[in-house]
Amino acid sequence: MAEDHTTRTIESNVAVGVAREEERISVATQWQLTWWRFRKHKVANIAAIVLIMYYVVVLFADFFAYADPNLPAAKRGLLPPQPIHLFDEDGWNPHVLAFEGSRDPETFERVYKILGDQQISVQFFAQGLEYEILGIIPWDRHLIGVSDDAGGALAQEHVSLLGTDIQGRDMWSRIIFATSISMTIGLIAVAISQILGIVIGGVSGYFGGLIDTVIQRIIEIVRSIPQIPLLMGIAAAVPKDWSIEQIYFAITILLALILWTELARVVRGRFLSLREEDFVMAAELAGASRMRIILRHMVPSFLSHIIAATTLAIPTIIISETSLSFLGLGLRPPAISWGVLLQQAQNIQVLALSPWLLLPALPVIVAILAFNFLGDGLRDAADPYGT
Amino acid sequence: MATRAAGKRRPLLRVQNLKTHFFPDEGTVRAVDGASFEVCAGQTLGIVGESGCGKSVTARSILRIVEHPGEIVEGEIRYLHRTDGREVELDLAQISADGPEMRQIRGGEIAMIFQEPMTSFSPVHPIGSQIVEAIRLHSPLGKREARERAADLLRQVGISRAEARLNEYAYQLSGGLRQRAMIAMALSAEPRVLIADEPTTALDVTTQAQILDLLRQLQTDLGMAIILITHNLGVVAEMCDTVVVMYLGRVVEEGSVDAIFHNPKHPYTRLLLQSIPSLHSEARVPLPTISGAIPHPYNRPEGCPFHNRCPQFIPGTCDRHVPELQALDEEESDQLVSCFLYHEPTDERA
Amino acid sequence: MAGWLIRRTLFAFATAWAISMLSFVVIQIPPGDYVTSYIAQLQSQGTIFTDDEAQALRDLYGLDQPVILQYFRWLGLMAQGNFGVSFEFNRPVLDVIGDRFLLTIVVSVAALLLTWIVALPIGIYSAVKQYSIGDYAFTFIGFIGLAIPGFLLALVLMYFGFVLFDANVGGLFSPEYAQADWSWDKLWDLMQHMPIPALALGLAGTAFLMRIMRANLLDELRKPYVVTARAKGLTNSQAVLKYPVRVALNPFVSIVPFVLRDIVGGSVIVSIVLSLPTLGPILLKSLIAQDSFLAGTIILLLGVITVVGTLISDILLVILDPRIKFKARGG
Repeated sequence: MAEDHTTRTIESNVAVGVAREEERISVATQWQLTWWRFRKHKVANIAAIVLIMYYVVVLFADFFAYADPNLPAAKRGLLPPQPIHLFDEDGWNPHVLAFEGSRDPETFERVYKILGDQQISVQFFAQGLEYEILGIIPWDRHLIGVSDDAGGALAQEHVSLLGTDIQGRDMWSRIIFATSISMTIGLIAVAISQILGIVIGGVSGYFGGLIDTVIQRIIEIVRSIPQIPLLMGIAAAVPKDWSIEQIYFAITILLALILWTELARVVRGRFLSLREEDFVMAAELAGASRMRIILRHMVPSFLSHIIAATTLAIPTIIISETSLSFLGLGLRPPAISWGVLLQQAQNIQVLALSPWLLLPALPVIVAILAFNFLGDGLRDAADPYGT
Repeated sequence: MATRAAGKRRPLLRVQNLKTHFFPDEGTVRAVDGASFEVCAGQTLGIVGESGCGKSVTARSILRIVEHPGEIVEGEIRYLHRTDGREVELDLAQISADGPEMRQIRGGEIAMIFQEPMTSFSPVHPIGSQIVEAIRLHSPLGKREARERAADLLRQVGISRAEARLNEYAYQLSGGLRQRAMIAMALSAEPRVLIADEPTTALDVTTQAQILDLLRQLQTDLGMAIILITHNLGVVAEMCDTVVVMYLGRVVEEGSVDAIFHNPKHPYTRLLLQSIPSLHSEARVPLPTISGAIPHPYNRPEGCPFHNRCPQFIPGTCDRHVPELQALDEEESDQLVSCFLYHEPTDERA
Repeated sequence: MAGWLIRRTLFAFATAWAISMLSFVVIQIPPGDYVTSYIAQLQSQGTIFTDDEAQALRDLYGLDQPVILQYFRWLGLMAQGNFGVSFEFNRPVLDVIGDRFLLTIVVSVAALLLTWIVALPIGIYSAVKQYSIGDYAFTFIGFIGLAIPGFLLALVLMYFGFVLFDANVGGLFSPEYAQADWSWDKLWDLMQHMPIPALALGLAGTAFLMRIMRANLLDELRKPYVVTARAKGLTNSQAVLKYPVRVALNPFVSIVPFVLRDIVGGSVIVSIVLSLPTLGPILLKSLIAQDSFLAGTIILLLGVITVVGTLISDILLVILDPRIKFKARGG
């Protein structure tokens, strides 16, 4: 009986909760509902936080990096990662262990020996190379730097947190700067393809009929063509003498051109189903203009779907850009992107000896994962009354 | 005519205090919370109530096909299982849901037809192969014989061009034909009990009448018991011998069709009956409705589940005590009712 | 049904035609015309060309005519089996492509089969045991699988093959078979080299199909016909495997062309990483060298593989889904 009683109380508590919930739901706006449902999606929340961290890195890349990403150092080629030790025998003393490099007389490869007794103290928020925050405010603090007592030494000459590449450039700093390129190229490409997708999909879905049929056939054809070879073909034609900015722009447009179909399909589908909805009919009967119906009634009701579809489209762009740059057909040095960095991992002999060259793969995978999780969460949340 | 019930035979199926609860993450839903009734061979039992009162879950509990997270938590489902020419009483609530006995009974001795004839057949298998499968599950017939039997069954339920229909798909048949095919499939193993869950709800009125005629006809021919689940009181009046009225998972009243229709006791039954339009009701007078709505499944009221909508609510009693289904004091009546208007609270809980 | 198939075939031709136009664009983009580049290439190797010979080549490809006519001339030449000459390899394009076309198909089909064989049972398991630990585990692995581009997986596989087994896991043949004529032994050798490329190419598709199958089957499991099948006396697993799985297979098949498209596209990069003798590595080479006919032909061939694959899956769909037959017949 006692047990029965407890279940009863729990049940009535649940009941009260449900009743309140019902009341809350019935007065909430669509955005509130979407937000509540999104909040329940734990993995998507984590993904959102991860992505915010990515873009913090993008905005303050100069702060997070401590070395000039394009500065080669002949004597520091393929230096292994130097982990930061936070303590020594005397307690708190962040430091890295110094290396001594020499050439192997037989293989002519550079080999490095850890000098166990020689510590290089590092400091967080240390002074280093000067830069401008967001291109405006001059500053010289970096996340990591060599301690002031090292006498004005620059971190890039002593620390290689994630190792160095073949030309002795600092991997950590290169990854940081690559992140700003790779994470923004996707956003811009998506924005462009989004506009194409909404306009074309909207026209197709709203007007229907012959226009719809023609657009649908075109979309179907574009969607059945393998993208990578075609992208490669067009990207290869980008003139060799273009500047970094021009190439960046060209690749962005190119990526946008292959993505619009997916978004156009989503938009068209939404338009088709919304056209049949009572509230659109009601607006028409009330004499609202076509433009008003589209902008005030239809767009807001599928905006959340569009946001979700957009989020899910970004990974495709990131993979495409990384692939093209990896093949040497996308962004080219001195531009730095994840794909450009991974080019050095193509040589299996070098990779076997210096596996840290594969590290740029990590931010790629994490970013794709995060966008996928976030997109899934947003898609579920966009359907507030669904189950 | 409707009073051919009541010869005190041994019931084929006797459900006693059945409780089927669902345990989703959000809490417990007591879909069926103490249902009791019985049905004899050749008899038709009607189970009526509003949507969500637990009618369908009761039917699925009998067949042991309640879906996760639902579970039978209490009660008995006594069934006279025929095996080796003898009849053995089995408690279906106790045996394994996917065990050999239950599989033999399910579809073999107790068959079921559903509300949605459109989606109750697989859209990508021909009707024939689905019926043949049902036949062969419960008989040793070979493929060819099973197919002949399937065609016979289709003819028996009044489908012309039976042989050709076997090769057709569900979407090629009209709603009425689909429901006939569904009945044919249910009859494939000559069941002793047929559970019909809203068999005519999705059909238009003329087709409804034809399907009900067919069911009555088949019952006369085959002598099976029918449990008819419906919210349509007209169908009940036409088809049933006894009636069970359910509200929020509990049986509130039970009796012969005459008693229920002409002498309803429970306030809920009365309100239900008043809310059907009839040719004799006065024009332009609004139909009485039952005030309030069915409570949310998580929000079941304390005491009598109907007390917050009941016009004859007794404060201090109905909201504190749970009524039991009991016989009326009146003699020569087998009517049962679960209401404090007719008996005192027996439980001591306050 | 026949009408439907004819429509799909026409659509396949339209797609192939669109791909041919895009491929021709790739041929056209590089600055300067093809013959000039070709002659420059040959002359740098010491071959002397007369103006007449150069003009003959120009006439063959119609280079003096408008672009549209050049395009149709190119189509016409291909119809006669003349795919042009690759100056990078200094051989006819068809010669350069050789076995590579076939091997690209073999690798792609192997990857596609792998995605099916793995995704189907896992998708079914995940749907039937929704929210079980296994379901969560597979869903998580699926997300990771979707997030790893094939060429990165190929790199990682290469690395571990090299470090752990001191072996090059790339390639499709052992050295002794690479140049050999086709034989059963060579075929067997090919099969033994298949798992790594198939894995690298198929992982993303597997993860994708797995999720599709799970979602489809979850939808179907809620349909009343499953209850009907149970009510007939089938066990739960019999009912699930016979009916909803069968119905959920239709969208699963209809999604295959897109998986194939991505596998064929991805095969280009994965082949470069794993040094597979497929079309991928020579496509990259030809693009870098601006060897336009070779590049254009390869892009066309890769497109044709997916078009044919789509057509096959369309035919399969008619066999699987009687509703399509009915729609086509009834209008």
